[in-house]
Amino acid sequence: MLISIASGKGGTGKTTLALLLATAYSNITLVDCDVEEPNCHLFLQPEWQNPSREVTITIPHVNSSLCNGCGTCSAVCLFNAFAISGKTALLFDELCHSCGGCLLACPKDAISEEQKNIGTLMIGRAAAHPGIHLVSGVLQVGTPSAVPLIKKMKQETANLTGDVLLDCPPGTSCSMVTAVKDSNFCILVTEPTPFGRHDLELAMNITRLLQIPTGVVINKSDAATGDEIIEALCESRQIPVLAKIPHSLSFARQYAAGHISDEFRTVSSSIWNQLKTERGTTK
Amino acid sequence: MKELVIVSGKGGTGKTSISAALAFLAPQKVLVDCDVDAANFHLISGAIIRETHEFKAGFEPRVNEKTCTHCGICTKLCRFNAITNGVITTPLNCEGCGVCAFNCPDHAINMQEKQAGHWFVSDTRLGCLIHAELGLAMENSGKLVSKVRQEAKKIAENQHLPLIITDGPPGIGCPAIAALSGASLALAVVEPSASSMHDVKRLVDLVSHFDLPLAVCINKSTLHSENTQDLISWCDHNAIPIAGQIPYSNIFHNAVQSGKTVLEMPENSEVKDSLIKLWHNLAARLDLTD
Ligand code: SF4
Ligand code: SF4
Repeated sequence: MLISIASGKGGTGKTTLALLLATAYSNITLVDCDVEEPNCHLFLQPEWQNPSREVTITIPHVNSSLCNGCGTCSAVCLFNAFAISGKTALLFDELCHSCGGCLLACPKDAISEEQKNIGTLMIGRAAAHPGIHLVSGVLQVGTPSAVPLIKKMKQETANLTGDVLLDCPPGTSCSMVTAVKDSNFCILVTEPTPFGRHDLELAMNITRLLQIPTGVVINKSDAATGDEIIEALCESRQIPVLAKIPHSLSFARQYAAGHISDEFRTVSSSIWNQLKTERGTTK
Repeated sequence: MKELVIVSGKGGTGKTSISAALAFLAPQKVLVDCDVDAANFHLISGAIIRETHEFKAGFEPRVNEKTCTHCGICTKLCRFNAITNGVITTPLNCEGCGVCAFNCPDHAINMQEKQAGHWFVSDTRLGCLIHAELGLAMENSGKLVSKVRQEAKKIAENQHLPLIITDGPPGIGCPAIAALSGASLALAVVEPSASSMHDVKRLVDLVSHFDLPLAVCINKSTLHSENTQDLISWCDHNAIPIAGQIPYSNIFHNAVQSGKTVLEMPENSEVKDSLIKLWHNLAARLDLTD
């Protein structure tokens, strides 16, 4: 079963929940799709299996001895990745989407394709929790899109039989969608504040668009003010609240120090039980 | 005119709460929320939208069913598996590259500009705010970030306001790049936690790419004093000034709950003093006389 853990925004406790769920279960693959800022490895101290692999994308290469600067490539590239300078075409590869349009259009056959490195993919077994397999990716600083790297990481886990947890990137844009897409269930993590409600609503719109069964976990659940602000939204959208994780200073301190506290072990096993019911319906 | 951009390697470090506190303290400014993926600044500042504008970016294909012969060339050429014989089967996969349109032998496909979101000008208790909302599952957040910054500059110029305070987007990807380029000062909000300290190092790499002045604010500094010490020595070692340290407190949470800035809350002078100190440090760095 492929379970994605997402939230409209960072800092709501996605990684916390992913780690809680992973450590409460044996034989699980955790995929850290937050490739801009991967953090799971900080808690799991994995022994990486060698070698870590470079992930590449395909970009065009201009053969300057064939190119006459006619400008066709820059006319067809809707991402403005080409500029013509004098008698030759210049590529700004960070704008390229690897569509191959320029290659098809160049009348001089001056364009071929080559590979460009955008990040690395690592796989390892957690030293701290041997039941956990970690797939982690690191995007090269300055690479605008994380999408190709996330796709590669998901392919990596496509043939696995056990449960796979995806720690998704924050937000509701293309990289979050790439990560959440095709999952059997999506857990949205939120906090009971107006910020949390606003971001949760955006994230719910995405899982509805993708038609993925969804549940909500309320982090830093607040006994004093109550969680109505989130519960009302979940009720109106008919999305179940799977669990509540109360705010705990000792938990926050341990987390800050890089430890996964087992303070909320009962919460995570209750979430697993609910996911099992869901699994019955998906497989 | 100066622009202060508040960033953090990742969300949840308290960027928006600190931006709002600075917005409360700074006398004359324009405010910008660059988190176009999940904007929150309007919630804390009581924004009332004055202007709504459409944001168009990128392209999407439109197939003319009358001229399409379902020859299948588009299916063969599309590298993103978005189209099958003239039918856009998986619109979410479409990158808007136009390969299908440009290579259709019957010219049955047209590329049209795509509605990608909205941007707004709002009146708030703390001043004029420019913010935006990117459409669902859209890319181009970098472009929208550039757009709101550009509009904020226009307003600041027209009204002779000396400062723009920008609540930056999380992360180090294209929106962060778009928010930082050309700023006068970047303020990185960091927590003394293993993950936040890891993230800030990647953020510093990015900021040094742009050669921008950078200062750090340690939020929740009392959460883990050992990490806070490490963070301070790391900053010293890298010659990054620490503009402020804010102690851990529930007041941030309570302020968000009541839709206020921390400075508008009744209690906790310790946190307030630390924020006032932060503002004075930043004002001095930005060379804002009074
Ligand atoms: S289309 Fe081909 S020949 Fe024309 S400018 Fe581009 S690369 Fe050069
Ligand atoms: S492959 Fe596509 S996106 Fe890249 S330069 Fe060529 S036309 Fe532009």
